[in-house]
Amino acid sequence: MSTIINFVSQLLQGKSLNEHFNDVFKFNGGIHPPQHKVESTLSPIGKLPLPEKLTLPLRQHVGNMPKIKVQIGDYVLKGQMLAEAEGTVSAAIHAPTSGTVSAIDEQIIPHPSGLPDLCISLIPDGKETWGELRPLDWRNTDKKELVNKLRASGIVGLGGATFPTHIKLRTNGTSNVHTLIINAAECEPYITCDDMLMRERADDVVNGIAIVQHILGAQKSIIGIEDNKVEAITAMTNACIGAEQESITVKVVPTLYPSGDARRLIHLLLGTEIPSDKRSTDVGIQVFNVATVLAIYRYFEFGEPSISRIVTMTGNVVNPQNFEVLFGTPLMSLVKAAGAAKADTTHFIMGGPMMGFDLPNAQVPITKAANCIIAAAPNLFAAPPPAMPCIRCARCADACPVNLQPQELYWFSKSNNFASARDYNLFDCIECGCCTYVCPSNIPLVQYYRYAKSEIIAADKATSAADLARERNDFRLARIEREKLERAQKHAERAQMAKESKSELMLDESKSRVAEPTSTAIPSNDQALDKQAIIAAAIARAKALKLASTDGTLVTPTDQIPIPDTDVVAEVQAKLHKQALIAEAIERAKAKKLAATGAGVTPKNIENLSASVQAEINAIDQIREQAAQAATAKNPTK
Amino acid sequence: MNRSPYIADAPSVTSIMFKVLLALLPGIAAYVWVYGGGILVTLTLATITAVAAEAALLKLRQRPIKPYLFDMSAVVTAWLLALALPPIAPWWLVVVGTFFAIVIAKQLYGGLGYNPFNPAMVGYAVLLISFPLIMTKWPAPLSLAQSPLSFLDQLHYIFSQALPSDIKVDAITSATPLDYLKTQLMLKHEVAAIQESPVFGVMGATGGEVVTGAYLLGGLYLLQQRIITWHLPTAFLAALGLISLGFYISNPSQFADPLFHLMSGASMLCAFFIITDPVSGPTTPRGKLYFAAGVGILTYLIRVYGGYPDGVAFAVLLMNMCVPLIDATTQPRVFGHHKS
Repeated sequence: MSTIINFVSQLLQGKSLNEHFNDVFKFNGGIHPPQHKVESTLSPIGKLPLPEKLTLPLRQHVGNMPKIKVQIGDYVLKGQMLAEAEGTVSAAIHAPTSGTVSAIDEQIIPHPSGLPDLCISLIPDGKETWGELRPLDWRNTDKKELVNKLRASGIVGLGGATFPTHIKLRTNGTSNVHTLIINAAECEPYITCDDMLMRERADDVVNGIAIVQHILGAQKSIIGIEDNKVEAITAMTNACIGAEQESITVKVVPTLYPSGDARRLIHLLLGTEIPSDKRSTDVGIQVFNVATVLAIYRYFEFGEPSISRIVTMTGNVVNPQNFEVLFGTPLMSLVKAAGAAKADTTHFIMGGPMMGFDLPNAQVPITKAANCIIAAAPNLFAAPPPAMPCIRCARCADACPVNLQPQELYWFSKSNNFASARDYNLFDCIECGCCTYVCPSNIPLVQYYRYAKSEIIAADKATSAADLARERNDFRLARIEREKLERAQKHAERAQMAKESKSELMLDESKSRVAEPTSTAIPSNDQALDKQAIIAAAIARAKALKLASTDGTLVTPTDQIPIPDTDVVAEVQAKLHKQALIAEAIERAKAKKLAATGAGVTPKNIENLSASVQAEINAIDQIREQAAQAATAKNPTK
Repeated sequence: MNRSPYIADAPSVTSIMFKVLLALLPGIAAYVWVYGGGILVTLTLATITAVAAEAALLKLRQRPIKPYLFDMSAVVTAWLLALALPPIAPWWLVVVGTFFAIVIAKQLYGGLGYNPFNPAMVGYAVLLISFPLIMTKWPAPLSLAQSPLSFLDQLHYIFSQALPSDIKVDAITSATPLDYLKTQLMLKHEVAAIQESPVFGVMGATGGEVVTGAYLLGGLYLLQQRIITWHLPTAFLAALGLISLGFYISNPSQFADPLFHLMSGASMLCAFFIITDPVSGPTTPRGKLYFAAGVGILTYLIRVYGGYPDGVAFAVLLMNMCVPLIDATTQPRVFGHHKS
């Protein structure tokens, strides 16, 4: 009875029962897919035998490709830097073991595109000889120095985002991060690498949290774990006892996909909604994955750079298990370690079943982003039945953790109404797949959003490129007009001068010697006049010829029409007058144009373009030229 | 290639529609008990017509027939329309109404998912406007009829409009309470006196209230199965209840009590089965509340001031027209966005 009264009073207070779950703050929607996590947590984290060859993609992170520091044939030690971070957002690559660099070329990498990218191949010598390791007393080192060191660590976000870690720790003195959230929710089905890591290495994780908390200057850290990881919760809670004056705590969140999404987790733990147009650090919150803080700990404590990670190998394999895998290890080695893939395995998925992607083959290397590999089989992931029309049941809206209206976004995306899709906050979509999961009509909704997003991004890019091209063209036209105008002005001046000097000559022949400085210009002007006269005569001839030919009478070149001198002068004067008129018209047009461009679009100085923009312009120009050539080839008469 | 998510767990459209049909069964059983087996004939006629029309139109539109026919949506439309018609309506009335609902209101708009109006209500409205006399000629509940018809007699009547020689039409029909109330009020009678008539039951109509109660039962099943959300039925019943309560309090002699309105006519069928049609209804939670409240208020106003005894069909169709506007103006706040 008392429980009923409690329940009612809670309802009356306007709180749902879920909000009382360990004081977490619920978000809209979410789903409860089958977990499939037990299978891969039965054995402890395993080790792989050293593979025969490691293939290290240079781009295993978000950002610039790192700069290669080795050459083919170089012998490298374990932990030696092979490529260093280039630019702000970039991460280094290290040798996962000692051996010889055998190739630097393009290989197929584990990426949704299935395209090859630059990789360093390493043949291990089997000795596992470490290079010099330089641990750091992080408590007594300047924070800036710590972050600088991290830049060389190669550590990136190991939750799957692979954002270079040192960027997230940049302390420029204005860091106002007060709360560090450790993302250990691991909400996707099948994935257990963080779970196992916490079970086995809880103390190291807490040490890592202490380091990050120290660098950020945060007052507290909260480890968010879903309530389905009981052992990990116990291990972490015990590890937190006494840590950093009790500033590091574990908070259990209900098992609900996608609670591991950073913004959703922050809301669950703190009740804070990060504004859609801001980062969490803008409100003093930073989020790190639990595996990332462990890597940071190992880097400062032992000097070990990022050369391996824990990967869940599960799905349609004989013995699903977690393994500590060196980066660059071919997927097949991992599959073998899990007792081989069962016969009906069709392909492999990297990531979870909600947000993962198909791997192009079984030879791709394990990278920093590879938290989980699932062997896929028809009985695990059945092909969806054919899609039916949307019946607007809004189950997707009920499941959307961002509180979007997926059915509207679907409608807009399908009809290529991208402007409306954007208005309905398409870009707030985190592509978690909840909408697709619950759709009774089996519509691949996320696919439509991915398509719409890429179309919009491409269109935006094209628009900005076109804007740039138009500005350039405007500038070019303005320049041509300006030059034309200047020529016309010069011409008019010269003609005027010539006229004046001619009359002067006529008026005062005796002064001709005095006018020596200008006399050099006079003959040329006279020549020009003569030339013009000749041209005028030619034009007149041609006109007469044309007239005659239209009359039907044949005109031979011998029928030259004598042109009286007076006619020539008059014609030249008329021409000059016409030129003045043209100049005036150009001036007017220019003024008009200036007025138009004055509204905001000023021709950009093309000298100050960045190399990439210039390259793009060149490419566009080339395309345009090709198009023009194609057009002329098609239409040779014009 | 990125084609995640790889897993799904959703009831199919077919299973949703099937559960709706299942939820209608208590209502149909009550119908048979109150009015006799004639409704089963009407239901069968409507189902056959709907499936045939759907198949024919799918063929004409060159769409795959099997998946669309097996989604059961045509059957749901057929049943809802049949249950809204007088239980011993002539066969051609059922066929014409169902044909109109499936062909004009559904398939010609693009089929499942594309119809802006509730097909069953379009069919009903067409019949009500075209054949008002037949549409308002309801059989008396078996318990009230002077000479109740057997199932075979009903079957015969549906197909030939002929009654056994010893029975006259007046003997098997009676005014529905909503109709009776309306005409009697026009004759300056008071509500309390009018409700003395045997056609009035405990709460709604004699017999009819049993059917209404059975619909409520089916509706609760749909809620429990999460086929529908609470928004639509609650808002509809609350709006209808509140507006009738307001009128009732202002003048109990001229306006019937809210319970009567909730338990009469198509109120419960509307609350749980008709306005819950997702295709022609709004999708946002707030929009659902507005939509259902609008239907409730319009239903009451048409009942009290309109030309027809019940107003559900027109109320639903009128509100269907407002759905795009309702959806556009009731977008919920997106996570991380301020209220706009």
